[in-house]
Amino acid sequence: MHQTLLRQFRDPELCHTLLTRLRAELDGELRFMEVCGTHTVAIFQSGLRSLLPPQVVHLSGPGCPVCVTHESEVNAFLDLAGRPGVIVATFGDLMRVPGSRGRNLKSAQAEGARVAVVYSPPDALALARDNPGDTVVFLGVGFETTAPTVAGTVLMAREQGLSNFKVLAFHKLVPPALEVLLSDTEAGIDAFILPGHVSAVIGTEPYGFIASRFGKSATVTGFEPVDILESLLFLAQRRRQGRAEVKNLYRRVVSDTSNPRALEVMNRVFRPCDALWRGLGRIPDSGLEFTDEFEDVDAKRRYGLSIEECPPLPGCKCGEVLRGRLRPDQCPLFKKACTPAKPVGPCMVSTEGSCAAYYKYQVE
Amino acid sequence: MSDRILLDCGSGGRASHRLVADLFLKHLGNPELNRLNDAACLNLKSPLAMSTDTFTVDPIFFPGGDIGSLAVHGTVNDVSMLGAIPRYLTCGFIVEEGLETDVLARVVASMGTAAREAGVLVVAGDTKVVPRGMVDKIFINTTGVGEIFVDPTPSGDRARPGDAILVTGSMGDHGLAVLSTRQGLAFDTPVVSDAASLNHAIARLLRAVPEVHVLRDPTRGGLGTTLNEIAESSGVCCEIVDEAIPVRPEVRDGCSFLGLDPLYLANEGKFLCILPGELADAALDVLRGDPLCAGAVRIGTVTDAHPGKVVLTTRLGGARLLTMLEGEQLPRIC
Ligand code: SF4
Ligand code: SF4
Repeated sequence: MHQTLLRQFRDPELCHTLLTRLRAELDGELRFMEVCGTHTVAIFQSGLRSLLPPQVVHLSGPGCPVCVTHESEVNAFLDLAGRPGVIVATFGDLMRVPGSRGRNLKSAQAEGARVAVVYSPPDALALARDNPGDTVVFLGVGFETTAPTVAGTVLMAREQGLSNFKVLAFHKLVPPALEVLLSDTEAGIDAFILPGHVSAVIGTEPYGFIASRFGKSATVTGFEPVDILESLLFLAQRRRQGRAEVKNLYRRVVSDTSNPRALEVMNRVFRPCDALWRGLGRIPDSGLEFTDEFEDVDAKRRYGLSIEECPPLPGCKCGEVLRGRLRPDQCPLFKKACTPAKPVGPCMVSTEGSCAAYYKYQVE
Repeated sequence: MSDRILLDCGSGGRASHRLVADLFLKHLGNPELNRLNDAACLNLKSPLAMSTDTFTVDPIFFPGGDIGSLAVHGTVNDVSMLGAIPRYLTCGFIVEEGLETDVLARVVASMGTAAREAGVLVVAGDTKVVPRGMVDKIFINTTGVGEIFVDPTPSGDRARPGDAILVTGSMGDHGLAVLSTRQGLAFDTPVVSDAASLNHAIARLLRAVPEVHVLRDPTRGGLGTTLNEIAESSGVCCEIVDEAIPVRPEVRDGCSFLGLDPLYLANEGKFLCILPGELADAALDVLRGDPLCAGAVRIGTVTDAHPGKVVLTTRLGGARLLTMLEGEQLPRIC
């Protein structure tokens, strides 16, 4: 994005005006959850969190794909890494996520597994092209944002006749998880800030149920302080007016409608399936699996990987944190047994995880 | 000489001799090195500062420098940060069999230039050639010694509440230059490494303001990590102001594109200086007189608010921690 435009969305004066208006609009505690990890980090990194009025309670949701990758899925990565002839290609964030016995891809790599950190799915495809004697398995983790790119790469692989490119697909879909969160009365979520990146693909329509069925408001919004403050103001206003609405406040990037090209590619390669979410358990139709046309790319089938549901790590409260029931610093392991150097749960591993954000940015 | 480095070149036999005479003495030669004794005879007054570092940078040539000059700058700077005048360097090369002799010659020539500019003599060296694949092209170790000329020496545990925190210029240039070259990324405005020897600037600073408490070059781990090390070892809080920290626009843009934080990127030609607050302006005056430190500014203050922590005031006026980085910075999923 153009830098001068960006600067406007970080303008300190505008932020302070918005903060004053927000204070005036509040009619009680406003418990908002930002679904996306990038928002979590933005709220802390900009220092916005330390400026929000005390009635605004900030909950961090399950919006980081690393955080919601289930222990059993990590076990599947680890099962795969180190098999002869396999190069695992992954985004860097997944390297340190612990599986059920505390091992991770970094330790697998130290034990001799071939693991390559890539910057994009096409990089993984290039790796397959350069290593014709091996099979490159890309770890497909991420939401609606990454799934179309992965699907596009699968199509490219087919066009280029590269049969040594496989994907271990653990993509997840955001709206079904929100339903689970809204049904959880203990967390008492009043409103959502929704990730702009996801809506760039699916549009805003799939979020309609937040208002129509649960009577809560939500905004699709960008990642700058002004974006976030405008959203909070909108959410507070709607509540005071006794209305619920889902609104796109990120029109400079996201249109209300979906991206049909991206969806078409995604739906050709993948179809919805049940998925396991760390902390939230099994959610129907919240994941993506390969359609029959692309079963040859499916690493799960190719390597006979079974995804066995395993219990969470002892003591880990990530589930409570991801649901908004517990603040990270209320977890008994926080900063003690669980630190970024020795993360117990993924919320501490991921750069976008809420525990890591508290650890890294919260002054006291 | 053959146009590639062969295993023979590290054998100690004729091939090694040719390499030494044609290449190393040509570019690095000086009366002490030219004697080719088993050890160098140094003429130094105590107390001494000594430092060693091994350079494995990939790629070995990057905008603004190469592994050879970097191996000189890096060690010269480390020695200087103790308030010392660096005098002598040793260098050890581990070269991958098959490396073009030309490449090695360019690297050694660049070391020679860097050493001459810094005013240090390379007085001992060693070369090993290892079979292909055992190292990536070339690794260089340099060790430096220098004479300390201030007492007490600047040290990471001497920051005190009330001290001013200064940096000598923009942050992150080296780290991003290397990273973007490695990834084959081209930005609109090319990012160039700041690698340089800082010994002359430091000598000038310490002669004018000998009361400096801490000097550090924020190399790997960048400003964020270095400030945390200082806060921890001094048991103080470093409070810095985001807006005051110089970062080139092209570095900021490149970082936001890659999801990196410039405050954690390596610098090879900048340093951090902590000294009593009332001497800050005098120090800045001296620093700005040196072309390598023209962008020197004050970025914050040492306090006792949160001992061991670095607190950053953001552009919005909010406060947050700037913590030490855990492992390498990795680009994120999306
Ligand atoms: S994956 Fe995308 S949507 Fe999810 S947390 Fe990261 S930036 Fe936000
Ligand atoms: S502090 Fe660690 S164990 Fe506790 S919720 Fe966070 S990641 Fe999980």
